[in-house]
Formats: sequence, structure tokens, C-alpha cells
Amino acid sequence: MRRLLSDTLVIAERNLVRLPRAPELLLAFTVQPIMFVLLFRYVFGGAIRTRGFGSYADFLIPGITVQNIAFGGFVTALGLNEDLHKGLIDRFRSLPMARAAVLAGRTSADIVTNALSVVILVVTGLLIGFSFHTSLGAALGGFGLLILFGYAFSWVFAFLGMLVSSPEAANSVGFIAVFPLTFISSAFVPVATMPAVLKAFAEVNPFTITVDAMRSLWLGTPAGNNVWGAVLWSLAIIVVFAPLAVARYRAAAGG
Amino acid sequence: MAGSHYHASAHASADAAPAGPRSTSEAAVSVSALVKHFGDVRALDGVDLEVAQGSVLGLLGPNGAGKTTMIRVLTTLLKPDAGSARVAGFDVVRDAARLRAKIGLAGQYAAVDENLTGLENLTMVGRLYGARRAVARARAAELLERFELSDAAGRTVKTYSGGMRRRLDLGAALVAKPPVLFLDEPTTGLDPRSRLQMWETIEALAAEGTTVLLTTQYLDEADRLASTIAVIDHGRVIARGTPDELKDRVGGEHLEVSLEQVERAPQAVGVLASMADTPPSVADGLVSVGVHRRSGAIMEAVRMLDEAGIEVRDIALRRPTLDDVFLALTGRAAQAPEQGEQAVGAGGKAA
Repeated sequence: MRRLLSDTLVIAERNLVRLPRAPELLLAFTVQPIMFVLLFRYVFGGAIRTRGFGSYADFLIPGITVQNIAFGGFVTALGLNEDLHKGLIDRFRSLPMARAAVLAGRTSADIVTNALSVVILVVTGLLIGFSFHTSLGAALGGFGLLILFGYAFSWVFAFLGMLVSSPEAANSVGFIAVFPLTFISSAFVPVATMPAVLKAFAEVNPFTITVDAMRSLWLGTPAGNNVWGAVLWSLAIIVVFAPLAVARYRAAAGG
Repeated sequence: MAGSHYHASAHASADAAPAGPRSTSEAAVSVSALVKHFGDVRALDGVDLEVAQGSVLGLLGPNGAGKTTMIRVLTTLLKPDAGSARVAGFDVVRDAARLRAKIGLAGQYAAVDENLTGLENLTMVGRLYGARRAVARARAAELLERFELSDAAGRTVKTYSGGMRRRLDLGAALVAKPPVLFLDEPTTGLDPRSRLQMWETIEALAAEGTTVLLTTQYLDEADRLASTIAVIDHGRVIARGTPDELKDRVGGEHLEVSLEQVERAPQAVGVLASMADTPPSVADGLVSVGVHRRSGAIMEAVRMLDEAGIEVRDIALRRPTLDDVFLALTGRAAQAPEQGEQAVGAGGKAA
């Protein structure tokens, strides 16, 4: 167990050290979220009615941070797939290191980049009119939930990265699988405005539950069961996808 | 505990106090009736093999013969379907975890992180062997020095040339001073100078007592580096022996002499018979003379022919190639590359 922890940290460090040297990836964490916030706020914001919220900025920021953090795991899918093709996974598997550390180190590194990304998003939000309406504790709880949710999706992407044949495939499969999920939710528009079928889906979508949980933690909207629901969803995703990803890691490398 | 682990392997190449269940007489690598399928393809079809401690075994064969699969089974990356294999005294399936501390692996494509520096790459590997950061860094610096990469230690690997990457990859394989080293086509794709450098490095490692199992498609490489060669084809070992034994079976080196006057070939055969291992022959006007294990053969032949007044148009020393080996052993040339082995090596997908 101690070995797993130390090996995980070594791999996480490796993934973080190399990140600033791949500028295109760094853009995904910094410029891209700012771009989306501005586009939604100023292109769609005027047309979307959000009854009960101070402004569209208030409505948008909790939603867009959830969407953004779910995609934070993309780096994991791309990175693992690249490691697989360049023989690095073979190198790791031939070393006397903890078996799960390659994946755990990868997803742990995402926690750091996701946190960076969230801070950039929230600061951008504050500049365009978003504000916290809750206690410091609730706001920090919101950050915690975001990180947990992002970590869960890192495992989804880890599985994906081990499954597909190329980094390009990881990109498109991940996008097609996750993008609609984030949109058929309460992230950008009130669910009530959707057609019946989409509405029914949106209401049970973990994205909706997590976005609503974020709104209650940051804006003080009624929480219902959303916060616990969001935590349970995140844990469930980890429980399902972490073992799948590890199994795939063993199999993909031929073991 | 992690630190002691590292040191145990660090001194194992000297082998003063064998760790694990290995007895001093046991071979460093022993393989028995090993089978591995990928779908219908029998990549390994009942391989038996032994590599004595401190020796260099060259596994020689064309693409798709099963060389990479063999390396992947012996380095615990693949589980065999049948048969057994032991490396450094450990079973590749049952004792895989302990075995990994005793081996180093360098592949045909350099498995290093392009976005890390040379120093960062080797330090990372050292820490994954369980060494503390400072120890790993010191060992990394030592290896970079050895492979003449000190100047490039702080540069990211994407700025390295192919030869530099390959040396770094070999460095990564040597981080824990493993007693057994696996090299999968260590010089494929290298320029002649880098190739020679790699040969010298492997020779130095062997001289230090490291057991080496290397795969190659080049007979000259196996000839130069290996104390024993095993020829593999379609997942089976079809011949084994010392390089000289193998070359004897192939017919060894030949002088090919082309004469100004073809009709004097029979006379040339008579003149050259005294220096030939096997009776000289004539085919298509070319006189062929077996001159295995003889230095200065060209000069000697030219002088003898000159003294006999026979004019030479062209003369060349022809070394047997992998194709000659296959022709001699199987009656057919080495087969064209099969897709299977490389695809399996890269992504774990069966052909």
C-alpha cells in the first residue's frame, strides 16, 4: 500500500512536470474555459430566461464548471493512449512497481489540473457578474464536490484511453459520449424548457444532479437530495470505472 | 524497505550472494516448451531455450518469427499459454513481481517520455524501482555520464536524436543494475555510428557479467555480440550454437572472384584451393572460395592469382546474412515481414 502511494506520486509528478511542455494541452485548461464562459454569457445569456437566479452569470458558472471538470479527464485518456503506443506502458509494466500506480498517478495529476481550471473559471465568472451567495464553508464544499466529480470522470476517461486504438479516437469517442450528457442537463438552460423526452432524461442525469448541487452550495438554491446524490453518483462512477480501467490496463498490455 | 530492495538488485550482477531461490548453477534464463497464441497465430510454438549466467544469447530471426513475443513473455508483459520460463531464478508467471526487480528491458522503439528531460526520465525509473529521490537522481546522472548524455541531461527527450533516445532507453533498462538484460532489436533503425556505439556498450555490459538476451534480424550483430545464437522461425527454435558453429553450417564467409578472362576459372580454382576451407566452385563465371575465419583473405587471394598470371576484375568478401542462414537451415529464404509481431508489441492487439 505504501508502495502504491509512492509510485502513484512519482507518476503524478511525471504527468504534471510534462504538462507545461505540451502547450496545446495547457491551453485546454486555461484559455478554453474562459472562452466558453464568455461565449455562453454574452452569446446565449441574453436569450435564456433563468427565473429565480440573480443573473445568467449566476446560473451559468456552477453549470459550466461541472461540464468543464468532467472534461478535465481528457488528458488522462490522451496521455494513457499515448503511453500505450510509445511503449511507456510496457516499460512501467516491466518495473517492480505497484500495478495500479500508472492509472492512479494519471488520475491524481488530473486533480491538480482540474483545480487550476476551476480557479480560472470561477475568477472569470466573478469578473462577468457571478457571485457566491452562501457561506464560505458551503462554497468550499462546492469546490470539493467539483474535484470529486472531476476525479470520477478521470476514471471514465482512463478506461476510454485504454480501450480505444489511438489518441484521436480517444478524443472523438470521449467527446461524443460525454458532450451530449453535459448539454442534456440543467448546466446551461433550465430543464423545464426542454421537450418531454429530453426533460425526463435531464432530470435523472448525474450532470443535472451535480449542477443543482453546485447551485445550492454556491447560490443557496434549495438543495433537496442533490448534494448527497452528486457525491453518491461520483463514488458510483469511481467504483464502476476504476476497476474497469485497471482490468483494461492489464489486458491491453497483454497480461 | 524500498531502499534495500534497490540495493539488493544493485549488487546482484556481481552475484556474490544470489538473492531468491536461484542456485549458482541455474541458468539465468531457462525456457521450456513455451507456447503463446494470438488467435490462430502460434507466435511461440514450443520454444526451449537456456541462457547461461553472464553469457549473451542472440535470438536471430526475421520479423514475425516470435522474437518480440519471446521477450514480452520473459519480461512478464505477456502470460504464456503453455510451458514455463524462469528468469534469474523466478517463474515468469508465479514470481512475476519479484522477477521484475531483476531484469532490465530496452525495446525497439525507445520507451522514454518525450516531454521529460533525460535526467527526469531516468530519475523517474529509479524511483519506480523503489529508490529515494536523491539516490535515483545520482544513479541517473551516473548513467547519463556513461552514455555520453550528460550535456543533454537537462533537455527534453523530444530534442534528442534517434541514437540518443536509444541510449537513454538502454540507460533506463540499467537503472537498477539488473543481472539479466533483455534487448529487443537494440540497433534496428540506428545509423551505422550509433549502431557501433550500441554494440560497444552491450559488449561492455557483457564483460561486467550481465546476462544479455538480445533479438536481432542481423547475423553480423548476433555474430559480434552473442556467445550463443538461437535461430527462431515461426515460433520455433530451428538451430542453435556458437556463431562459428552456425556459420559453419551456413558455409561461412566466401570470397567471390570475378576474372578478366572467364575461361581461366578452372585454373583459378586450382590456385585458390590451398587457401580454401571447402573446395572452390565456379558459377556464372564467378569463382567462390570459402575462407571462413581467415583474415587478410582478399590480399592473399589477389597475390596468389597475380603470381599465377591470372587477372582479377573484381574481388569481394561476402559474409552470410540471415537469408543465407535460413536458406541453409530451411531451404528457403527468410520470410517477408509479417504484420503480427509488431502490432502485438505495440498495442497488445493480436494479429
